[in-house]
Amino acid sequence: MGIIDNISKLFESRLRLGIMAILMVNDRVDFNTLKEHLEASDGNLASHIKALEKNELIEVHKQFVGRKPQTTYTATELGRLSFQKHIDGLNNLIKGMK
Amino acid sequence: MDTKEQLNHLSEIRSLMERSSRCLSLSGLSGISAGIIAIICGLYTWWYLGDGSFAHTVGVTEYFLSLNIFSEKFITVAIIALVTLVLAIVSAFIFTYKNSQKKGLKIWDTSTKYFLINLFIPLTTGGFFCLILAYYGELYLLASSTLIFYGLALLNASRYTHREIRYLGVSEIFLGLISSLFIGYGIIFWLFGFGVLHIIYGAVMYLKYERE
Repeated sequence: MGIIDNISKLFESRLRLGIMAILMVNDRVDFNTLKEHLEASDGNLASHIKALEKNELIEVHKQFVGRKPQTTYTATELGRLSFQKHIDGLNNLIKGMK
Repeated sequence: MDTKEQLNHLSEIRSLMERSSRCLSLSGLSGISAGIIAIICGLYTWWYLGDGSFAHTVGVTEYFLSLNIFSEKFITVAIIALVTLVLAIVSAFIFTYKNSQKKGLKIWDTSTKYFLINLFIPLTTGGFFCLILAYYGELYLLASSTLIFYGLALLNASRYTHREIRYLGVSEIFLGLISSLFIGYGIIFWLFGFGVLHIIYGAVMYLKYERE
């Protein structure tokens, strides 16, 4: 059991996998965009984001747009690698079952 | 989880990645309508420059190139070109808007913004380049320049919409290069590139993604 296996556990949540999927193909995404694509509630989304952040799979950026605070998210190198591994794992699993 | 569930899971992730990074509302009908408008306006210009007939393109081209850029004929052609551009963009927008409504997609999001920015940077560069050609009176490269810059613009923007638009972009670039070797037949290449290719691309995309 290496670190990757542990991280794969993190991806078992559909929402977390969704967050990572969006961050894989977009440079910077704000909270509302994530919410719209994933159709999740504020609280639910926030807690999953926190879990990903704690494991250093994503990075959080806070800045001000005018006077409004805006939070954006990006995937870290570790996050990208882990996501790729996880997807490859799913693919292999399917191939193995056929 | 069984295999089928896993497969669904994967395709769901894939679709999420596509939807969040590409403007998928772009309708095939937009291509068809832009193509039809290009053909009508292109043929009208040909007929107008040929004094009410479809004269041989080499003669028409020579006549067009001899025009002073402040002459009435030249200004009329420039106005037709502008009207063509506006009509094509408006019709493309209408069909794309309808498509986004039908599919329940947002018409304006980050991917639409990136698509337009990446499309219009090479496109306006091409526009200014053509104005400069007009300024120097070197308009014989007009058809090939518009085709090449439009192709490059599509290629550049293809990252933010349906992938297939790359093929249209590459075809326009190729056509533009060939066209530069056949001065005097520019209008034919132009009608084919902006008219026929748009219609073919639009029809293919419509059948692939929008037919019920």
